[in-house]
Amino acid sequence: MRSFRRLYALPIVAALCLLGVAFAAMWWREGREMLDSASKVTMPAIGGPFTLTATDGSKVTDQTYRGKIELIYFGYTYCPDACPTALNEIAGALAALGPSAERVQPLFITIDPARDTRKVLADYVRAFDPRIVGLTGTPDEIAAAANAYRVYYAPYKSADAPDGYLMDHTSIVYVMNEQGRFVASFTHETTADQMAERLRKLIAKTS
Amino acid sequence: MRKMFVLAAFFLLTGVSLAAAQTSGIEVQKAWARATPGGAKTAAVYLTLINKGNAPDRLVSVSTPAAGMADVHTTVTENGVMKMRPTGPLEVKPGTPTVFKPGGYHIMLMDLKGPLVAGQKIALSLTFEKAGKMDVTATVEKAGAMGPGAMPGMKM
Repeated sequence: MRSFRRLYALPIVAALCLLGVAFAAMWWREGREMLDSASKVTMPAIGGPFTLTATDGSKVTDQTYRGKIELIYFGYTYCPDACPTALNEIAGALAALGPSAERVQPLFITIDPARDTRKVLADYVRAFDPRIVGLTGTPDEIAAAANAYRVYYAPYKSADAPDGYLMDHTSIVYVMNEQGRFVASFTHETTADQMAERLRKLIAKTS
Repeated sequence: MRKMFVLAAFFLLTGVSLAAAQTSGIEVQKAWARATPGGAKTAAVYLTLINKGNAPDRLVSVSTPAAGMADVHTTVTENGVMKMRPTGPLEVKPGTPTVFKPGGYHIMLMDLKGPLVAGQKIALSLTFEKAGKMDVTATVEKAGAMGPGAMPGMKM
């Protein structure tokens, strides 16, 4: 009995050690991936159904641009700084992408529908890039879209501001893949080149 | 005798203060604005302020014939939420330039008299607590500009 143990003990221990190391390695790698996806999983689900009106009067929903990578930014035309900055970066990213830009659809959704009528929006987005689609709607429709994207927006009373208010709002560019799933985000501080780089990777994934 | 001494000291101090005020100069560099997208009622002017004196100064007001109102605002981002807030009188410290740029400090023009067109020059009057009134000319860049004299689409 004793000799049996001594003969097989070492290889068994060695085998167990190897298995242990193998499991640890797999766990480590999977663990990292799990951690990576966990950080995405812990975020609330971004995106959802919406029905809005484009500047040409047509109805646009969350399904309209399936098959394209959507860049969705919520803002308002009375915003002199952050919104033009974000839209500039988006326009720059489209330019940097060249022909691949046709796989991308930028949307600018107003959180100030009272002032941002179809005409106002049309004039506004055109200045940045003709490919950007401006979307407006009734306050309820806007609220539904903003809700789906977890976008916070609220008027900030300012005596000097036109009509007495500015808008505080979430300033994030949401990147939705061709299936309409949220895959990445930019801020108004992300540069055009950084956006283009990220978009190239996304486009390459599905090509 | 005492009264004269006090009076003299008073005048001396005033003179010295006045002299000191004159050495606190502000230099304004690279004033620029973006062309406004059609129909926009607000615009932003950016510039760099350099306090050449040795005491902090404050920008207390701005005016321009191009707009009914002009105020310094700053863009603050908290948890992804962008908020634009008036700064009130803005301190300009000596040494480090105070830079107004997209996403940060900007002079917000409200009640625009007309659209800002690329190539246009806008006259602004900046009033500082110590340095007094300064006239500045801002150049309007394209709507896609991220900096003065920059081409659209380029990083700053």
